[in-house]
Amino acid sequence: MSNSNAHRAGAGHGTTRSYMIGFILSIILTLIPFGLVMYPAFSSSVLLIAIIGLALLQILVQLGFFLHMNTKSDEGWNMLAFVFTVLIIAILVVGSMWIMFHLNSNMMAP
Amino acid sequence: MAAEILHHPAAHAAAHTEHHTEHHHDAGGNAIFGFWIYLMNDCILFATLFATYAVLAGNIADGPSAKEIFELPYVLVETFLLLFSSVTYGFAMLAFYKQQKQAVLGWLAITFVFGLGFIGMEINEFAHLIGEGFGPDRSAFLSAFFTLVGTHGLHVLSGLIWMAVLMIQLVKNGLTAKNGTRLMCLSLFWHFLDLIWICVFTVVYLMGVLP
Repeated sequence: MSNSNAHRAGAGHGTTRSYMIGFILSIILTLIPFGLVMYPAFSSSVLLIAIIGLALLQILVQLGFFLHMNTKSDEGWNMLAFVFTVLIIAILVVGSMWIMFHLNSNMMAP
Repeated sequence: MAAEILHHPAAHAAAHTEHHTEHHHDAGGNAIFGFWIYLMNDCILFATLFATYAVLAGNIADGPSAKEIFELPYVLVETFLLLFSSVTYGFAMLAFYKQQKQAVLGWLAITFVFGLGFIGMEINEFAHLIGEGFGPDRSAFLSAFFTLVGTHGLHVLSGLIWMAVLMIQLVKNGLTAKNGTRLMCLSLFWHFLDLIWICVFTVVYLMGVLP
């Protein structure tokens, strides 16, 4: 095999340490948003931004520490596939909401 | 990489047990990459369900709103069950790299129990809601909720069935390269479900009860 040490197909693998780091970060990134919403101390819009931000952060943590996604695995193909998927998801979700909420306000506005 | 596999299948199998820190999954590399592509497709499936939920979440048709039916402490426990199962699966993978069969089976069993706990709690939540008359037929919001969360639940259930089958294969055939590929694919699937769950608890539960 090549010496590129390329991790295969999302299949780079972790160590006990990397799993524990991912696990502890995930716990923290789960407890904070639950805490923020269960004991609200800020306005809704601040909370909204905070929980979305923390969720994205936790997704990145798990992608890195649990799914071992990096630019090297499978020569970057699986990262590329992921980036493309994120693009499609963004178009799909943002597009749907954009259209539907505009429709809503255009058709149902008092 | 595909070419390398074709050229050195035997070298590969040998390397598998000896140099696992460097390159493990090459033999099943294509299968694993293919599985990754499937997961990306699954992401898009979930994206459509999330978009549907986001659009319909406000349409409660005089039924209960998210705030009235969701209990965050309950969801937090579910979240932790899934998170624990994710890390115990990771330990099963590590045990596989060390070629410790009993440890792999043990960690998988623990993962299975956590997963089962999660599914049990979800079924209990659904049964409770339906019992109260807040089934998927009550409002567009509840239809979207049951579809989204239910689809995730079905994925977890499939993962559990897969895990049970894989444990039987491990007992029968041991830690072969083929079983390694299967274990790796299920690992991606299982961690991926945890990832989707992060989106579920954020978008559905946390945003639902925002003050």
